[in-house]
Amino acid sequence: MAWFKKEKNKISKRVKIPEGLWVKCNSCKEIIYRKEVDRNLKVCPKCNYHFRISARERISLLTDNGSFTEIGSGLVSNDPLNFRDQTAYKDRLNESRKKTGINDAATAGSALIGGRPVVIIVLDFAFMGGSMGSVVGEKFTMAAEKAAEEESPLISVASSGGARMQEGIISLMQMAKTSASVAWFKEKGMPYISILADPTFGGVSASFAMLGDIIIAEPKSLIGFAGPRVIEQTIKQQLPENFQTAEFLLKHGMIDMIVNRKELKQTIIRLLSFTAADKYSPKNNEP
Amino acid sequence: MHYYLDFEKPVAELENKIEELRRLADGRDMNITAEIKKLEKKAQDLRADIFSKITPWQKTMIARHPDRPYTLDYIRLLMEDFIELHGDRRFADDPAIVAGFARFRGVPVAVIGHQKGRGTKERIERNFGQPHPEGYRKALRIMKLAERFGNPVITFIDTPGAYPGIGAEERGQSEAIARNLLEIFRLNIPVIPVIIGEGGSGGALALSVGDRILMLEHSVYSVISPEGCAAILWKKNSNSVGPAEYARASEALKLTAQDILALGVIDEIIPEPLGGAHRDEQKAAEAIGSALKRSLDELMEKPPAVLVEERYRKFRLIGKLAEV
Ligand SMILES: [Zn+2]
Repeated sequence: MAWFKKEKNKISKRVKIPEGLWVKCNSCKEIIYRKEVDRNLKVCPKCNYHFRISARERISLLTDNGSFTEIGSGLVSNDPLNFRDQTAYKDRLNESRKKTGINDAATAGSALIGGRPVVIIVLDFAFMGGSMGSVVGEKFTMAAEKAAEEESPLISVASSGGARMQEGIISLMQMAKTSASVAWFKEKGMPYISILADPTFGGVSASFAMLGDIIIAEPKSLIGFAGPRVIEQTIKQQLPENFQTAEFLLKHGMIDMIVNRKELKQTIIRLLSFTAADKYSPKNNEP
Repeated sequence: MHYYLDFEKPVAELENKIEELRRLADGRDMNITAEIKKLEKKAQDLRADIFSKITPWQKTMIARHPDRPYTLDYIRLLMEDFIELHGDRRFADDPAIVAGFARFRGVPVAVIGHQKGRGTKERIERNFGQPHPEGYRKALRIMKLAERFGNPVITFIDTPGAYPGIGAEERGQSEAIARNLLEIFRLNIPVIPVIIGEGGSGGALALSVGDRILMLEHSVYSVISPEGCAAILWKKNSNSVGPAEYARASEALKLTAQDILALGVIDEIIPEPLGGAHRDEQKAAEAIGSALKRSLDELMEKPPAVLVEERYRKFRLIGKLAEV
């Protein structure tokens, strides 16, 4: 449940890569010219690994130009436990805010996708590992309620290590709260499309992320309940090849499809055309 | 012979002495009998003193106490005519969760709970109360049956967490937990979860959504174990962490029943006999019984639509926020 710690390759800490010009792929470990990655929607040209992207980048990738109106942008955690480990949670929050320029790990709002109104919520891994505390839980719930009210489709993009342990039991309750809001939303007959990006674990995968009517993952994303290191320590065995990858989940029937980033928006548009949301399509609105 | 925790050592010494005297006296020597009475009073006071200053980490130890009553104990002590049902109809039966029908004070109910197992063999069989997806799917199946038959659901929560294993991931541990959360919010019948021991993370939460949430005095409820939390947040330069860090993490996490009540996540704390539920399981069960009865009577008055609406509101309001 703890937010995911990616330490599979400890060597990466020691190998100094010049900031800016070059970037190392998480998957094939190749060092690639950053511009080449940027031009390719932040997808590795060597192995098709999809790099983590910010909530802003994701929203501009998926929604129609200039159509996004944010909700709840001012919401911040009030540190319900007054939590402190070796650092105070309040300081960690401030640091993350400075680093990312956003107030917490989720950005939500209404937008158009292929001309159709939707409500979208996107997690940002750069903000404390995309972990879900009271702000992420509240924003998801606001998004689901808004989508229910407006009878729009709901789209979420997850990228998270799980629950934010600095909010203790309050973060655990966000799993219940967000799942409740999905139940509420689904009464309306509108579709909920959940997109899983690298990584999606713990309290986020065990709540709203796995409750999509349709679940899409980006290639090679790691997705699961428990982190691979925890599992390895528990069972004292080596994990199978490809364990907890999007491809593994597809094979085991846990997701509908794996879609390349460059085809993601078009895929959403096609999917929406088969649902009740299609009553918003321009074609059907003709007299 | 009782199993004593480290911080109970002073009481343990006294109680062992009492036992010894008892054997010597054989009920005939009046002087020794008087001495025993005196020591018993002293042990009682000492226990009361220790338990009045108990730390969150010590509480965690009590919540995990190997003699602590488990779900099947409370079912035996509180209910009649329990009939266990098995399997998720998809893959397997998970012995880490027990489920079935029973009568609670004359009311037919569905009862579901984690079961840790007693003794090495049963503990392994029940996977130390750590469910696989099929456990959660069985639980949901029985909840849905209860809904069809119009019976309330009572759940007992006592797990270190959902099992982290290969099979569990292959069969969708995340999906199983998430599905339970969603579906419990739609149930048209009263649901009353009782946290009786360890409320470990998502694996506990999947049985803990309900209309009134009750928690035993010495149980804990947390997003992550103190050990897990310490390993991530208190680890410095890969030095290993130990009991000192676990103690700090358990304080920081605010995982005791008293903290959880103050945070507004549960509705009621059920008092335990002095020294914990395992010192007098009958008395512990009676306290649970009367708390359950009160909640059940109240909830059974409510129309289903009101129940569902209030359950949503209850969780909707958790997590107060600031705005900048
Ligand atoms: Zn690559």
